[in-house]
Amino acid sequence: MTEEIIIAGFGGQGVLSMGKILAYSGIMQDQEVSWMPSYGPEMRGGTANVTVILSDNRISSPILFEYDTAIILNQQSMDKFEKSVKVGGTLLYDPNGIIHPPQRKDIKIYKVEAVEEAARMQSAKSFNMIVLGAFLKIKPIVKLENIIKGLKKSLPERHHHLIPMNEKAITRGMEIIEEVK
Amino acid sequence: MADYRLMKGNEVIAEAAIRYGCDGYFGYPITPQSEIMETLMLRKPWEETGMVVLQAESEIAAINMVYGGAACGKKVMTSSSSPGISLKQEGITYIAGAELPCLIVNVVRGGPGLGTIQPAQSDYFQAVKGGGHGDYRLIVLAPASVQEMNDFVGLGFDLAFKYRNPVMILSDGVIGQMMEKVQLGEFKPRWTNEQIIKMYGSWATTGKTPDRKHNIITSLELDSSRQEKFNHKLIEKYKVISENEVRFEEIACEDAEYLFIAYGSSSRICQKAIEIARAKGIKVGLLRPITLFPYPTKKIQSMLSKIKGILAVEMSAGQMVEDVRLAVEGKVPVQHFGRLGGMIPTPNEVVHALEEQIIKGK
Repeated sequence: MTEEIIIAGFGGQGVLSMGKILAYSGIMQDQEVSWMPSYGPEMRGGTANVTVILSDNRISSPILFEYDTAIILNQQSMDKFEKSVKVGGTLLYDPNGIIHPPQRKDIKIYKVEAVEEAARMQSAKSFNMIVLGAFLKIKPIVKLENIIKGLKKSLPERHHHLIPMNEKAITRGMEIIEEVK
Repeated sequence: MADYRLMKGNEVIAEAAIRYGCDGYFGYPITPQSEIMETLMLRKPWEETGMVVLQAESEIAAINMVYGGAACGKKVMTSSSSPGISLKQEGITYIAGAELPCLIVNVVRGGPGLGTIQPAQSDYFQAVKGGGHGDYRLIVLAPASVQEMNDFVGLGFDLAFKYRNPVMILSDGVIGQMMEKVQLGEFKPRWTNEQIIKMYGSWATTGKTPDRKHNIITSLELDSSRQEKFNHKLIEKYKVISENEVRFEEIACEDAEYLFIAYGSSSRICQKAIEIARAKGIKVGLLRPITLFPYPTKKIQSMLSKIKGILAVEMSAGQMVEDVRLAVEGKVPVQHFGRLGGMIPTPNEVVHALEEQIIKGK
Protein backbone atom coordinates (compact mmCIF):
# COMPACT_ATOMS: atom_id res chain seq x y z
CA MET A 1 0.00 0.00 0.00
CA THR A 2 1.20 3.46 -0.89
CA GLU A 3 -0.98 6.55 -0.47
CA GLU A 4 0.26 9.86 -1.84
CA ILE A 5 -1.61 12.84 -0.44
CA ILE A 6 -1.50 16.62 -0.79
CA ILE A 7 -3.22 18.72 1.87
CA ALA A 8 -3.57 22.36 0.86
CA GLY A 9 -5.24 25.41 2.34
CA PHE A 10 -4.58 28.63 4.24
CA GLY A 11 -1.87 28.99 6.85
CA GLY A 12 -3.46 28.59 10.28
CA GLN A 13 -6.05 26.02 9.19
CA GLY A 14 -3.95 23.23 10.63
CA VAL A 15 -2.89 21.85 7.25
CA LEU A 16 0.66 21.05 8.34
CA SER A 17 -0.38 19.57 11.67
CA MET A 18 -3.05 17.40 10.03
CA GLY A 19 -0.34 16.00 7.81
CA LYS A 20 1.91 15.50 10.80
CA ILE A 21 -0.74 13.56 12.71
CA LEU A 22 -1.38 11.39 9.65
CA ALA A 23 2.35 10.71 9.28
CA TYR A 24 2.76 9.92 12.98
CA SER A 25 -0.15 7.47 12.78
CA GLY A 26 1.63 5.75 9.90
CA ILE A 27 4.71 5.29 12.08
CA MET A 28 2.49 3.83 14.83
CA GLN A 29 1.42 1.11 12.43
CA ASP A 30 4.98 0.45 11.27
CA GLN A 31 4.80 2.15 7.87
CA GLU A 32 7.26 4.32 6.03
CA VAL A 33 6.20 7.97 5.99
CA SER A 34 7.29 11.32 4.61
CA TRP A 35 5.98 14.85 5.23
CA MET A 36 7.19 17.61 2.93
CA PRO A 37 5.84 21.13 3.52
CA SER A 38 5.89 24.12 1.23
CA TYR A 39 8.30 26.51 2.89
CA GLY A 40 8.91 28.90 0.04
CA PRO A 41 7.52 32.30 -0.91
CA GLU A 42 3.99 30.91 -1.42
CA MET A 43 3.96 30.26 2.34
CA ARG A 44 4.55 33.98 2.90
CA GLY A 45 1.47 34.60 0.73
CA GLY A 46 -0.78 32.84 3.23
CA THR A 47 -1.27 29.45 1.58
CA ALA A 48 0.19 26.30 3.06
CA ASN A 49 0.47 22.80 1.71
CA VAL A 50 2.08 19.56 2.67
CA THR A 51 2.73 16.33 0.81
CA VAL A 52 2.26 13.26 2.99
CA ILE A 53 3.14 9.75 1.86
CA LEU A 54 2.38 6.55 3.77
CA SER A 55 3.69 3.30 2.38
CA ASP A 56 4.50 -0.29 3.26
CA ASN A 57 7.66 0.10 1.18
CA ARG A 58 10.60 2.48 1.09
CA ILE A 59 9.38 5.86 -0.14
CA SER A 60 11.00 7.15 -3.32
CA SER A 61 10.39 10.85 -3.89
CA PRO A 62 9.01 12.91 -0.99
CA ILE A 63 8.04 15.57 -3.53
CA LEU A 64 5.28 14.68 -5.94
CA PHE A 65 3.49 16.25 -8.84
CA GLU A 66 0.42 13.98 -8.92
CA TYR A 67 -1.47 12.53 -6.01
CA ASP A 68 -3.82 9.68 -5.04
CA THR A 69 -5.72 12.12 -2.85
CA ALA A 70 -5.94 15.91 -2.71
CA ILE A 71 -7.47 17.48 0.39
CA ILE A 72 -8.31 21.03 -0.64
CA LEU A 73 -9.33 23.76 1.77
CA ASN A 74 -9.32 27.00 -0.23
CA GLN A 75 -9.88 28.27 -3.77
CA GLN A 76 -6.21 28.95 -4.56
CA SER A 77 -5.39 25.36 -3.71
CA MET A 78 -8.33 24.10 -5.80
CA ASP A 79 -6.99 26.05 -8.77
CA LYS A 80 -3.54 24.62 -8.23
CA PHE A 81 -4.18 21.00 -7.27
CA GLU A 82 -7.48 19.80 -8.82
CA LYS A 83 -5.56 18.99 -11.99
CA SER A 84 -2.86 17.10 -10.03
CA VAL A 85 -5.13 14.30 -8.83
CA LYS A 86 -4.33 11.02 -10.59
CA VAL A 87 -7.05 9.65 -12.87
CA GLY A 88 -9.30 7.54 -10.65
CA GLY A 89 -7.98 9.37 -7.58
CA THR A 90 -9.81 11.24 -4.87
CA LEU A 91 -10.47 14.91 -4.19
CA LEU A 92 -11.88 15.94 -0.83
CA TYR A 93 -12.78 19.58 -0.21
CA ASP A 94 -14.57 21.90 2.14
CA PRO A 95 -17.02 24.02 0.09
CA ASN A 96 -16.54 26.96 2.47
CA GLY A 97 -15.02 29.77 0.39
CA ILE A 98 -14.94 27.69 -2.79
CA ILE A 99 -16.31 29.73 -5.70
CA HIS A 100 -15.45 27.26 -8.44
CA PRO A 101 -16.19 23.70 -7.29
CA PRO A 102 -14.17 20.89 -8.88
CA GLN A 103 -15.23 19.93 -12.40
CA ARG A 104 -13.30 16.76 -13.18
CA LYS A 105 -15.28 13.65 -14.14
CA ASP A 106 -12.39 11.16 -14.01
CA ILE A 107 -11.85 11.32 -10.24
CA LYS A 108 -14.00 10.74 -7.15
CA ILE A 109 -15.05 13.96 -5.45
CA TYR A 110 -16.20 14.31 -1.86
CA LYS A 111 -17.06 17.31 0.28
CA VAL A 112 -17.05 17.90 4.00
CA GLU A 113 -18.62 20.99 5.57
CA ALA A 114 -15.89 21.13 8.19
CA VAL A 115 -15.82 24.90 8.81
CA GLU A 116 -19.56 24.91 9.49
CA GLU A 117 -19.39 21.80 11.62
CA ALA A 118 -16.49 23.12 13.69
CA ALA A 119 -18.53 26.29 14.34
CA ARG A 120 -21.51 24.16 15.34
CA MET A 121 -19.27 22.19 17.70
CA GLN A 122 -18.02 25.56 19.04
CA SER A 123 -14.49 24.38 18.44
CA ALA A 124 -12.94 26.17 15.49
CA LYS A 125 -9.64 24.37 16.12
CA SER A 126 -11.30 20.99 15.52
CA PHE A 127 -11.66 21.94 11.86
CA ASN A 128 -8.65 20.01 10.63
CA MET A 129 -9.59 16.89 12.61
CA ILE A 130 -13.08 16.92 11.06
CA VAL A 131 -11.40 16.99 7.65
CA LEU A 132 -9.04 14.19 8.70
CA GLY A 133 -12.04 12.10 9.84
CA ALA A 134 -13.75 12.64 6.50
CA PHE A 135 -10.60 11.52 4.69
CA LEU A 136 -10.30 8.39 6.82
CA LYS A 137 -13.91 7.46 6.08
CA ILE A 138 -13.09 7.17 2.37
CA LYS A 139 -9.45 6.08 2.77
CA PRO A 140 -9.14 4.10 6.00
CA ILE A 141 -5.35 3.89 5.67
CA VAL A 142 -4.69 4.44 9.36
CA LYS A 143 -6.71 3.10 12.27
CA LEU A 144 -8.33 5.53 14.68
CA GLU A 145 -6.45 3.92 17.57
CA ASN A 146 -3.16 4.67 15.82
CA ILE A 147 -4.21 8.30 15.32
CA ILE A 148 -4.79 8.55 19.06
CA LYS A 149 -1.43 6.87 19.74
CA GLY A 150 0.19 9.29 17.30
CA LEU A 151 -1.46 12.28 18.97
CA LYS A 152 -0.26 11.09 22.38
CA LYS A 153 3.26 10.79 21.07
CA SER A 154 3.39 14.03 19.09
CA LEU A 155 1.54 16.36 21.46
CA PRO A 156 3.19 17.68 24.61
CA GLU A 157 1.62 16.25 27.78
CA ARG A 158 -0.08 19.55 28.62
CA HIS A 159 -2.24 19.18 25.51
CA HIS A 160 -3.28 15.59 26.11
CA HIS A 161 -6.61 16.70 27.59
CA LEU A 162 -7.53 17.87 24.05
CA ILE A 163 -7.28 14.37 22.60
CA PRO A 164 -10.94 13.36 23.36
CA MET A 165 -12.10 16.54 21.57
CA ASN A 166 -9.96 15.60 18.55
CA GLU A 167 -11.33 12.07 18.57
CA LYS A 168 -14.89 13.45 18.61
CA ALA A 169 -14.07 15.73 15.68
CA ILE A 170 -12.59 12.85 13.66
CA THR A 171 -15.72 10.76 14.28
CA ARG A 172 -17.93 13.71 13.30
CA GLY A 173 -15.99 14.13 10.05
CA MET A 174 -16.57 10.47 9.23
CA GLU A 175 -20.32 11.05 9.66
CA ILE A 176 -20.80 14.20 7.62
CA ILE A 177 -18.71 13.51 4.51
CA GLU A 178 -20.75 13.41 1.28
CA GLU A 179 -19.89 12.15 -2.17
CA VAL A 180 -20.41 14.76 -4.91
CA LYS A 181 -21.95 13.15 -7.99
CA MET B 1 9.25 -1.97 17.40
CA ALA B 2 12.16 0.39 17.36
CA ASP B 3 11.58 3.85 18.79
CA TYR B 4 10.89 5.91 15.70
CA ARG B 5 10.22 9.61 15.74
CA LEU B 6 8.84 11.93 13.11
CA MET B 7 11.33 14.76 12.69
CA LYS B 8 12.59 17.32 10.19
CA GLY B 9 16.03 16.76 8.73
CA ASN B 10 17.26 20.01 10.28
CA GLU B 11 15.92 19.10 13.74
CA VAL B 12 17.65 15.74 13.48
CA ILE B 13 21.05 17.35 12.79
CA ALA B 14 20.69 19.22 16.10
CA GLU B 15 19.50 16.21 18.09
CA ALA B 16 22.17 13.95 16.59
CA ALA B 17 24.89 16.45 17.51
CA ILE B 18 23.77 16.53 21.14
CA ARG B 19 23.57 12.75 21.30
CA TYR B 20 26.98 12.27 19.68
CA GLY B 21 28.70 14.27 22.38
CA CYS B 22 29.27 17.43 20.34
CA ASP B 23 31.09 20.09 22.37
CA GLY B 24 30.00 23.18 20.52
CA TYR B 25 27.76 24.54 17.79
CA PHE B 26 28.45 27.99 16.35
CA GLY B 27 26.13 29.41 13.73
CA TYR B 28 24.16 32.25 12.26
CA PRO B 29 20.55 31.82 11.06
CA ILE B 30 19.58 31.45 7.40
CA THR B 31 16.69 29.73 5.61
CA PRO B 32 16.30 26.80 4.96
CA GLN B 33 18.38 25.54 7.90
CA SER B 34 17.43 27.81 10.79
CA GLU B 35 15.70 24.91 12.58
CA ILE B 36 19.14 23.47 13.39
CA MET B 37 20.03 26.28 15.79
CA GLU B 38 16.39 26.76 16.83
CA THR B 39 16.20 23.12 17.90
CA LEU B 40 19.50 23.40 19.77
CA MET B 41 18.34 26.54 21.58
CA LEU B 42 15.06 24.85 22.57
CA ARG B 43 16.84 21.69 23.71
CA LYS B 44 19.31 23.68 25.89
CA PRO B 45 22.03 21.00 25.73
CA TRP B 46 24.32 23.19 27.89
CA GLU B 47 22.13 22.16 30.82
CA GLU B 48 22.26 18.49 29.88
CA THR B 49 25.72 17.73 28.45
CA GLY B 50 27.55 21.03 28.72
CA MET B 51 27.50 21.52 24.93
CA VAL B 52 27.93 25.16 23.92
CA VAL B 53 25.38 26.59 21.49
CA LEU B 54 26.24 30.06 20.30
CA GLN B 55 24.66 32.40 17.80
CA ALA B 56 27.65 34.30 16.51
CA GLU B 57 27.54 37.85 15.13
CA SER B 58 28.15 36.54 11.60
CA GLU B 59 28.95 33.40 9.64
CA ILE B 60 32.61 34.45 9.56
CA ALA B 61 32.74 34.69 13.33
CA ALA B 62 30.99 31.32 13.64
CA ILE B 63 33.48 29.43 11.46
CA ASN B 64 36.40 31.00 13.32
CA MET B 65 34.88 29.88 16.62
CA VAL B 66 34.79 26.41 15.09
CA TYR B 67 38.48 26.84 14.15
CA GLY B 68 39.31 27.69 17.75
CA GLY B 69 37.27 24.85 19.24
CA ALA B 70 38.70 22.34 16.80
CA ALA B 71 42.24 23.46 17.63
CA CYS B 72 41.56 22.37 21.22
CA GLY B 73 40.54 18.89 20.08
CA LYS B 74 36.86 19.57 20.71
CA LYS B 75 34.02 18.11 18.66
CA VAL B 76 32.65 21.29 17.09
CA MET B 77 30.35 22.17 14.22
CA THR B 78 28.60 24.89 12.30
CA SER B 79 25.75 24.96 9.81
CA SER B 80 24.46 27.37 7.22
CA SER B 81 22.96 27.57 3.76
CA SER B 82 24.68 28.52 0.53
CA PRO B 83 25.32 32.30 0.92
CA GLY B 84 26.42 31.71 4.51
CA ILE B 85 28.69 28.86 3.49
CA SER B 86 30.36 31.19 0.97
CA LEU B 87 31.12 33.56 3.84
CA LYS B 88 32.69 30.71 5.80
CA GLN B 89 35.12 29.69 3.06
CA GLU B 90 38.11 31.59 4.44
CA GLY B 91 37.73 29.84 7.78
CA ILE B 92 37.23 26.47 6.12
CA THR B 93 40.45 26.67 4.11
CA TYR B 94 42.35 27.72 7.26
CA ILE B 95 40.88 24.73 9.12
CA ALA B 96 41.84 22.41 6.25
CA GLY B 97 45.31 23.99 6.17
CA ALA B 98 45.72 23.51 9.93
CA GLU B 99 44.47 19.92 9.58
CA LEU B 100 41.68 20.24 12.10
CA PRO B 101 38.55 18.13 12.47
CA CYS B 102 35.12 19.74 12.36
CA LEU B 103 31.66 19.27 10.91
CA ILE B 104 30.08 21.80 8.54
CA VAL B 105 26.47 21.39 7.40
CA ASN B 106 25.30 23.10 4.20
CA VAL B 107 21.54 22.94 3.59
CA VAL B 108 21.80 24.17 0.02
CA ARG B 109 19.48 26.75 -1.55
CA GLY B 110 19.46 28.18 -5.06
CA GLY B 111 22.06 30.77 -6.12
CA PRO B 112 24.14 32.61 -7.17
CA GLY B 113 24.17 35.48 -4.70
CA LEU B 114 21.26 35.52 -2.29
CA GLY B 115 19.39 33.49 -4.91
CA THR B 116 16.31 31.78 -3.53
CA ILE B 117 15.37 29.97 -0.34
CA GLN B 118 14.18 26.91 -2.27
CA PRO B 119 16.22 23.70 -2.56
CA ALA B 120 19.11 23.35 -5.00
CA GLN B 121 22.31 21.36 -5.49
CA SER B 122 24.32 24.14 -7.04
CA ASP B 123 27.06 24.15 -4.40
CA TYR B 124 28.61 20.85 -5.54
CA PHE B 125 31.72 22.45 -7.03
CA GLN B 126 32.19 24.59 -3.93
CA ALA B 127 31.90 21.58 -1.63
CA VAL B 128 33.98 19.00 -3.49
CA LYS B 129 36.49 21.08 -5.45
CA GLY B 130 37.78 23.28 -2.68
CA GLY B 131 35.54 26.26 -2.06
CA GLY B 132 38.25 28.32 -0.48
CA HIS B 133 41.76 28.86 -1.85
CA GLY B 134 44.63 26.41 -1.90
CA ASP B 135 44.92 22.70 -2.60
CA TYR B 136 42.58 21.11 -0.10
CA ARG B 137 39.63 18.76 0.07
CA LEU B 138 36.68 18.36 2.37
CA ILE B 139 35.19 14.94 2.98
CA VAL B 140 31.65 15.49 1.66
CA LEU B 141 28.67 13.38 2.73
CA ALA B 142 25.35 13.67 0.87
CA PRO B 143 22.33 12.48 2.88
CA ALA B 144 19.19 11.47 0.97
CA SER B 145 16.89 10.90 3.94
CA VAL B 146 16.19 12.22 7.41
CA GLN B 147 17.70 9.02 8.83
CA GLU B 148 20.96 9.81 7.03
CA MET B 149 20.90 13.36 8.43
CA ASN B 150 21.10 11.60 11.80
CA ASP B 151 23.64 8.96 10.82
CA PHE B 152 26.04 11.31 9.02
CA VAL B 153 26.55 13.56 12.06
CA GLY B 154 28.26 10.69 13.88
CA LEU B 155 29.97 9.42 10.74
CA GLY B 156 31.08 12.96 9.91
CA PHE B 157 32.70 13.52 13.30
CA ASP B 158 34.34 10.08 13.15
CA LEU B 159 35.86 10.76 9.73
CA ALA B 160 36.88 14.29 10.74
CA PHE B 161 38.90 13.01 13.69
CA LYS B 162 40.20 9.93 11.88
CA TYR B 163 41.77 12.09 9.16
CA ARG B 164 42.07 15.44 10.96
CA ASN B 165 40.05 16.98 8.16
CA PRO B 166 36.90 19.10 7.96
CA VAL B 167 33.82 17.15 6.89
CA MET B 168 30.82 18.69 5.16
CA ILE B 169 27.28 17.33 5.14
CA LEU B 170 25.93 18.60 1.80
CA SER B 171 22.18 18.55 2.22
CA ASP B 172 19.49 20.70 0.62
CA GLY B 173 16.18 22.38 1.41
CA VAL B 174 14.19 19.21 0.71
CA ILE B 175 16.07 16.96 3.11
CA GLY B 176 16.33 19.75 5.69
CA GLN B 177 12.65 20.69 5.67
CA MET B 178 10.93 17.34 5.27
CA MET B 179 9.93 15.03 8.07
CA GLU B 180 10.44 11.29 7.94
CA LYS B 181 10.67 8.64 10.57
CA VAL B 182 14.02 8.45 12.22
CA GLN B 183 15.72 6.31 14.79
CA LEU B 184 18.04 8.49 16.86
CA GLY B 185 21.36 7.26 18.22
CA GLU B 186 22.17 6.45 21.82
CA PHE B 187 23.57 9.23 23.99
CA LYS B 188 27.38 9.32 24.01
CA PRO B 189 29.05 11.40 26.69
CA ARG B 190 31.24 14.31 25.63
CA TRP B 191 34.95 13.59 25.81
CA THR B 192 36.60 14.67 29.01
CA ASN B 193 39.73 16.85 28.81
CA GLU B 194 41.76 13.82 29.91
CA GLN B 195 40.35 11.75 27.04
CA ILE B 196 41.12 14.51 24.54
CA ILE B 197 44.72 14.76 25.84
CA LYS B 198 45.10 10.99 25.56
CA MET B 199 43.65 10.71 22.05
CA TYR B 200 44.63 13.98 20.42
CA GLY B 201 47.23 15.49 22.75
CA SER B 202 49.87 15.02 20.06
CA TRP B 203 48.41 17.94 18.09
CA ALA B 204 45.56 19.60 20.02
CA THR B 205 46.21 22.70 22.11
CA THR B 206 45.17 21.19 25.40
CA GLY B 207 47.56 23.14 27.60
CA LYS B 208 51.33 22.62 27.55
CA THR B 209 52.86 20.43 30.21
CA PRO B 210 56.62 20.21 30.98
CA ASP B 211 56.88 16.77 29.36
CA ARG B 212 56.10 17.93 25.82
CA LYS B 213 56.76 20.68 23.30
CA HIS B 214 54.19 23.29 22.31
CA ASN B 215 51.49 22.19 19.92
CA ILE B 216 51.20 24.90 17.33
CA ILE B 217 48.09 25.20 15.19
CA THR B 218 48.70 27.23 12.06
CA SER B 219 48.17 27.18 8.33
CA LEU B 220 51.14 29.48 7.71
CA GLU B 221 54.48 28.20 6.41
CA LEU B 222 56.80 30.78 4.85
CA ASP B 223 59.43 28.25 3.80
CA SER B 224 58.30 27.08 0.36
CA SER B 225 60.05 23.75 0.48
CA ARG B 226 58.39 22.93 3.78
CA GLN B 227 55.03 24.11 2.47
CA GLU B 228 55.46 21.86 -0.57
CA LYS B 229 56.26 18.94 1.70
CA PHE B 230 53.09 19.73 3.67
CA ASN B 231 51.06 19.92 0.43
CA HIS B 232 52.31 16.46 -0.49
CA LYS B 233 51.32 15.19 2.94
CA LEU B 234 47.79 16.51 2.35
CA ILE B 235 47.65 14.93 -1.12
CA GLU B 236 48.72 11.62 0.42
CA LYS B 237 45.96 11.95 3.04
CA TYR B 238 43.33 12.64 0.37
CA LYS B 239 44.57 9.59 -1.52
CA VAL B 240 44.12 7.39 1.55
CA ILE B 241 40.63 8.85 2.03
CA SER B 242 39.83 8.15 -1.64
CA GLU B 243 40.92 4.55 -1.27
CA ASN B 244 39.09 3.83 1.98
CA GLU B 245 36.05 6.01 2.42
CA VAL B 246 34.02 5.83 -0.80
CA ARG B 247 30.37 5.18 -0.05
CA PHE B 248 27.46 4.72 -2.46
CA GLU B 249 24.15 2.93 -2.87
CA GLU B 250 22.89 0.99 -5.89
CA ILE B 251 19.17 0.75 -6.61
CA ALA B 252 17.73 -1.50 -9.33
CA CYS B 253 21.14 -1.84 -10.98
CA GLU B 254 21.26 -5.66 -11.39
CA ASP B 255 19.72 -5.72 -14.86
CA ALA B 256 20.05 -2.03 -15.68
CA GLU B 257 20.90 -0.96 -19.24
CA TYR B 258 20.75 2.72 -18.37
CA LEU B 259 21.87 4.51 -15.26
CA PHE B 260 20.82 7.56 -13.31
CA ILE B 261 23.55 9.01 -11.14
CA ALA B 262 22.15 11.36 -8.52
CA TYR B 263 22.77 12.29 -4.89
CA GLY B 264 20.63 13.74 -2.11
CA SER B 265 17.07 14.75 -2.92
CA SER B 266 17.61 14.23 -6.67
CA SER B 267 18.29 10.58 -5.95
CA ARG B 268 14.86 10.31 -4.32
CA ILE B 269 13.23 11.78 -7.44
CA CYS B 270 15.21 9.34 -9.57
CA GLN B 271 13.82 6.42 -7.53
CA LYS B 272 10.33 7.52 -8.52
CA ALA B 273 11.53 7.97 -12.11
CA ILE B 274 12.80 4.36 -12.04
CA GLU B 275 9.30 3.15 -11.08
CA ILE B 276 7.80 5.08 -14.01
CA ALA B 277 10.49 4.07 -16.51
CA ARG B 278 10.43 0.40 -15.56
CA ALA B 279 6.63 0.36 -15.98
CA LYS B 280 7.37 1.46 -19.56
CA GLY B 281 9.91 -1.35 -19.98
CA ILE B 282 13.04 0.81 -19.70
CA LYS B 283 15.66 -0.98 -17.62
CA VAL B 284 17.17 1.85 -15.62
CA GLY B 285 18.94 1.82 -12.26
CA LEU B 286 20.35 4.40 -9.88
CA LEU B 287 23.84 4.85 -8.53
CA ARG B 288 23.65 7.19 -5.55
CA PRO B 289 26.99 8.58 -4.42
CA ILE B 290 26.90 8.98 -0.64
CA THR B 291 30.39 10.45 -0.46
CA LEU B 292 30.88 13.20 -3.05
CA PHE B 293 34.51 13.47 -2.07
CA PRO B 294 35.78 10.84 -2.32
CA TYR B 295 33.68 10.17 -5.44
CA PRO B 296 32.74 6.60 -6.47
CA THR B 297 34.81 6.86 -9.66
CA LYS B 298 35.97 3.23 -9.66
CA LYS B 299 32.44 2.00 -9.00
CA ILE B 300 31.14 3.88 -12.05
CA GLN B 301 33.99 2.46 -14.16
CA SER B 302 33.13 -1.07 -13.02
CA MET B 303 29.54 -0.68 -14.24
CA LEU B 304 30.27 0.60 -17.75
CA SER B 305 30.43 -2.76 -19.54
CA LYS B 306 26.71 -3.29 -18.99
CA ILE B 307 25.49 0.30 -19.33
CA LYS B 308 24.43 1.98 -22.58
CA GLY B 309 24.15 5.50 -21.23
CA ILE B 310 24.15 7.62 -18.09
CA LEU B 311 21.94 10.55 -17.08
CA ALA B 312 23.34 12.64 -14.22
CA VAL B 313 20.38 14.25 -12.47
CA GLU B 314 21.11 17.19 -10.18
CA MET B 315 19.45 20.47 -9.29
CA SER B 316 22.25 22.49 -10.85
CA ALA B 317 23.39 23.60 -14.28
CA GLY B 318 25.62 20.53 -14.46
CA GLN B 319 28.30 20.18 -11.81
CA MET B 320 28.53 16.55 -10.60
CA VAL B 321 28.14 15.45 -14.23
CA GLU B 322 31.76 16.55 -14.75
CA ASP B 323 32.94 13.95 -12.24
CA VAL B 324 30.78 11.34 -14.00
CA ARG B 325 32.42 12.25 -17.32
CA LEU B 326 35.89 12.05 -15.74
CA ALA B 327 35.06 8.54 -14.55
CA VAL B 328 33.47 7.41 -17.82
CA GLU B 329 36.26 8.76 -20.09
CA GLY B 330 33.93 8.86 -23.08
CA LYS B 331 33.14 5.13 -23.04
CA VAL B 332 29.36 5.63 -22.89
CA PRO B 333 27.19 8.70 -23.49
CA VAL B 334 26.78 10.91 -20.41
CA GLN B 335 24.18 13.66 -20.27
CA HIS B 336 22.98 16.03 -17.59
CA PHE B 337 19.44 16.88 -16.59
CA GLY B 338 18.48 19.34 -13.91
CA ARG B 339 16.21 22.16 -12.88
CA LEU B 340 17.53 25.39 -11.44
CA GLY B 341 16.74 28.26 -9.15
CA GLY B 342 14.88 26.22 -6.56
CA MET B 343 12.72 24.35 -9.07
CA ILE B 344 12.56 20.62 -8.48
CA PRO B 345 12.56 18.20 -11.42
CA THR B 346 9.49 15.99 -11.69
CA PRO B 347 10.03 12.21 -12.02
CA ASN B 348 8.24 12.38 -15.40
CA GLU B 349 10.66 15.06 -16.61
CA VAL B 350 13.56 12.84 -15.56
CA VAL B 351 12.16 9.88 -17.51
CA HIS B 352 11.53 12.12 -20.51
CA ALA B 353 15.12 13.39 -20.36
CA LEU B 354 16.40 9.80 -20.24
CA GLU B 355 14.33 8.90 -23.30
CA GLU B 356 15.23 11.99 -25.32
CA GLN B 357 18.84 12.64 -24.33
CA ILE B 358 20.14 9.12 -23.82
CA ILE B 359 17.94 6.45 -25.41
CA LYS B 360 16.97 8.31 -28.61
CA GLY B 361 20.16 10.33 -28.60
CA LYS B 362 22.37 7.31 -29.16
